[in-house]
Amino acid sequence: MSEEIIILSVFRGDQSGGQEQAYRVPLETGMVVLDALHYIQAEYAPDLAVRWNCKAAHCGSCGAEINGMPKLLCKTRLDEYVGQVVHVRPMHAFPLIRDLVTDVSWNYRVAKEIPPFQPATPAPFVMYQRDVDRIQEFHRCIECFLCQDTCHVLREHGGHDQYFGPRMMTKIAEWEMHPMDTANRSAFLKDVAGIPMCDVTRCCVEVCPENIVITDNAIIPLKERVADIYWDPIQALFRKFRRPAGSLEPTKSPVDG
Amino acid sequence: MPSHQASIASQVNAETIEQHQYDVIIVGAGGAGLRAAIAASEAGQQKVAVVTKSLLGKAHTVMAEGGVAASLGNVDADDSWDTHFYDTMKSGHFINNYRVAEVFAKEVPDRVLELETWGAVFDRTPAGKIMQRPFGAHSFRRLAHIGDRTGKELIRTLQYKVIHQAVDVYQEVTSTALLVDAQGRIAGIFGYYREDGRFVLFRAKAVVLATGGWGKAYKVTSNSWESTGDGAAMGFRIGAELMDMEMVQFHPTGMVWPPGVRGLLVTEGVRGEGGLLYNSKHERFMLRYDPVLQELSSRDVVARSIYKENQAGRGTPHGGAWLDISYKPAAYVKAKLPGMYEQFRSLADVDITREPFEVAPTVHYTMGGVRVDPETCATNVEGLFAAGEVACGLHGANRLGGNSLGDILVFGRRAGAGARAYAAETAWKEIDPSAVEREAERVLAPLAREDGEQPYHLMADLQEVMTTYGGMVRSQEGLETGLARLQELEDRAGRMAVKGTRAYNPGWHTVFDVESMLLLGKSIMLGALARKESRGAHWRIDFPEELPEMGSLNYVQRLRGEQVVVEPTPVPKMPAELARLFEDDRAPGVRRRAERSGEGREGR
Amino acid sequence: MAQPAQQADPVRPRASRRARPYWVEPTLTAVVFGLFVLYSLWETLFHHNGVYGNYISPFFSPQLGRWLGMKDFIAIPVVWAPFLFRATCYYYRKEYNRAWFWHPAGCAVSEPKPRKYTGESRFPFSWSNLHRYFWYVAVIVLLFLWKDTIQAFIFPNGFAVNVGSLLFLLNAVLLTFYTFSCHAFRHIVGGRKNCYSCTLGPNAGKPTGSYRLWTLVSRWNQRHGSWAWASLFSVWAVDVYVRLLILHVIQDVRLF
Repeated sequence: MSEEIIILSVFRGDQSGGQEQAYRVPLETGMVVLDALHYIQAEYAPDLAVRWNCKAAHCGSCGAEINGMPKLLCKTRLDEYVGQVVHVRPMHAFPLIRDLVTDVSWNYRVAKEIPPFQPATPAPFVMYQRDVDRIQEFHRCIECFLCQDTCHVLREHGGHDQYFGPRMMTKIAEWEMHPMDTANRSAFLKDVAGIPMCDVTRCCVEVCPENIVITDNAIIPLKERVADIYWDPIQALFRKFRRPAGSLEPTKSPVDG
Repeated sequence: MPSHQASIASQVNAETIEQHQYDVIIVGAGGAGLRAAIAASEAGQQKVAVVTKSLLGKAHTVMAEGGVAASLGNVDADDSWDTHFYDTMKSGHFINNYRVAEVFAKEVPDRVLELETWGAVFDRTPAGKIMQRPFGAHSFRRLAHIGDRTGKELIRTLQYKVIHQAVDVYQEVTSTALLVDAQGRIAGIFGYYREDGRFVLFRAKAVVLATGGWGKAYKVTSNSWESTGDGAAMGFRIGAELMDMEMVQFHPTGMVWPPGVRGLLVTEGVRGEGGLLYNSKHERFMLRYDPVLQELSSRDVVARSIYKENQAGRGTPHGGAWLDISYKPAAYVKAKLPGMYEQFRSLADVDITREPFEVAPTVHYTMGGVRVDPETCATNVEGLFAAGEVACGLHGANRLGGNSLGDILVFGRRAGAGARAYAAETAWKEIDPSAVEREAERVLAPLAREDGEQPYHLMADLQEVMTTYGGMVRSQEGLETGLARLQELEDRAGRMAVKGTRAYNPGWHTVFDVESMLLLGKSIMLGALARKESRGAHWRIDFPEELPEMGSLNYVQRLRGEQVVVEPTPVPKMPAELARLFEDDRAPGVRRRAERSGEGREGR
Repeated sequence: MAQPAQQADPVRPRASRRARPYWVEPTLTAVVFGLFVLYSLWETLFHHNGVYGNYISPFFSPQLGRWLGMKDFIAIPVVWAPFLFRATCYYYRKEYNRAWFWHPAGCAVSEPKPRKYTGESRFPFSWSNLHRYFWYVAVIVLLFLWKDTIQAFIFPNGFAVNVGSLLFLLNAVLLTFYTFSCHAFRHIVGGRKNCYSCTLGPNAGKPTGSYRLWTLVSRWNQRHGSWAWASLFSVWAVDVYVRLLILHVIQDVRLF
């Protein structure tokens, strides 16, 4: 194969400022953006800061913005951009540390606040595949935080104190919809996690590298559960008169009973 | 140079080093580290911290795909701990520590169920129990899994358990040295924050090493960036014993093409779900090498078979074998192996539901490591514990697929509990301030050198040497050449220089990775030289046979000054009631099943 | 929050996957929605009859206004219901939040920043939570539209199929899919449950009716956006058709 060169324009800098810098990288078959960044590290800029771990799209460390779109560096092929300059910039929704590395610790702080899974009894559980299919979708999450990065509440409005972001909604959904869970997170969702801040514009779904349908399968069903409690007088009336009867289902959201 | 030294010294003196104090500190936040943290903080009496050089939940555990082996017996009721024990010892070629394997096989089902209580959601059987899939050299369908992303499920579950418990997590902190008191007992850890390079000193009564393996010492590897053996190297330097270092597992199926993904793991689950191996002549060559277990033979056998096919000129275009699962329904493949489907689709433009794909052996796991006590995971250094891939004893000469995820759960917990118990009884140890200063100067030295070796280039050279001379095929001559080459690299490593500042500087971080792997690389070569036979993953072409007299030996290594000393040590002898399990040539569960049905039917 | 000194130029990559600039889609949506709203206002405020023979325009059905004895604005007593059903629909919310309010106009694109952005936590957007109630009403209206559709095949001289009849049928079918692929309905039929098989007795572990229904609705729900667009155009088309008949601009064509 003839030597083909691709130009990467990579953001270099820190909190005090910075700019994009162009590097020439020889293109190899199947090369991803992270390969090119490693080439730059080895040949031009050993101190180029980039966070990565597995290089197999399993760990979710290498989220960044490639030509304006939040993507995983290890999964984005360079042959998608033949004939273009590839602009690589850090995620915008988080404070910059250096070059392509941002401080994502906020995600870990809010994750702590989520009421964890509360089974009625310890395992082994009897639960069927059809009942866990729904939550297994959320278990695919690799916590790359690209959905957080693209979520305009966080990205554009700095709403980190108002909304936990799409990733945490899938985490809450994962526990909230677990067949054996007994906790009710509706008040938490409304008042702490800030689910009303989401205006369902679905950018999180567009960027998710694991193809989780975050909005339709996690956020909207959770919004509906919140609506059950806070926006539905008829259901409120129902709840007053109905008691959970002969069901194995834990008495969680009272409407379930 | 002296002026540089002086400037470093003044820099160190000027910096007030951030200090913390914990009863138990766990280094590493993979499955073993997190499980240890949960166990250590369970009683709530002691201060516990996890120190990790990555972010939480990113550790190499996420790469484990196939499942966690546990004799739950949900699909094969004949399975039991003794059968799992039997399989583990047999695949380890009997140089495993029997007690480690026994404890493991007995406890792993509870550890798996515990995960389910904490929110892990495994695939289900039609009866609503945890589904189990077949895997190489397991007598029964034994691997609890969630598609092909079981490791992710484990680490995520443990991660969220930990953050809801009283554990402090120090993310992106590189530990560079373990600190000991005058008697050589654990006193603390020295490290730095990757974010800005500022130093941090942890005082600790007990330290648990859970830093994983060192597969990154090889060029073609399924291991992630972090698997550089920091913990084993740090422990080795303060006197911890290493064992079975020659045992490096090659996973038979790694990706081959395109070059950027070479070595990336293709889960054994593909073969577990029915994938078949073919050579370029479209022969199912595994029928020749292992007519009984075929594709599901143990990893060392399958890896060697692929190698031999290539030697015989029957390899694929990029030097591997064809793996084919396309004869199964596309929907089934996508449901059971979604990660593999996606990985090949996006990285290699291959649709595995329609066509076969190329695979070749890739470095996968380091069976050797820090020698530990089976009950508490204590090392020979007082106050130092180790669990997971960094520790040694369970896997012997060849690890069974699915046993590593069980390993980290069982021994992560035991190490955490062991460290907690030790810390409760012991006093704080003194740290010598001058040792801290020396370490700080050592850590800063590469930044002060004007010109020197580029750490990335050294890393690449090291990987080349290890792959060429310490790889799957070994010989006296090759190993000796390799050792000489490593010595050259070591000299160059002393001159590593890094441009830029201390703030998130990957070049600087790489310096310590290179140092760890150089030491462990040497240790691998020396172990391989000492073991003059072929056993499990260790294949010497000058000694191609497995020698019975060597089956009773482990090679233990100690660091004396700069010198690595290798010493043959007897493998602990199994008590009679365990030894009895091996009298029959069949696994206990298989025998029981056969006796019940009257006819010898092979269990799978 | 501190950010890189220069912001990435919010220009989409010209990569093969995204051939159009980000603003094309929201602009088209804004124009089409705008036209539809203007048309609806014109239709409901300036017309007092939506009936032509056996055809009743969907804007005027059911004829609640007439039953109440109203002479003018007879569409108003009913037309608010489908309008609010759509206005609170999760799919339409995505579309108008992108197209009209630019919150955001495209993914990872900078957007106008009000002093305090509140998402859907304040009135009027918080009323989107009442979607389920508008769904209940929309189902009632839909029943009348099916009645109208049957009626559209029954002419003074008996059963027949005209172009108009087929338009009515198409519209009713599309509206049915749109209505029953609704996210709120998906929640009502099963989404609110955590477990479908957790019943005691002989049926333990068997798929329940709720599960089957939820699975079906979930499948339709994946195309909710398509149903939303298609039914919007079909309602429009039927109304225009009836209006043009009333104005004697066109003639209904009998097929068989």
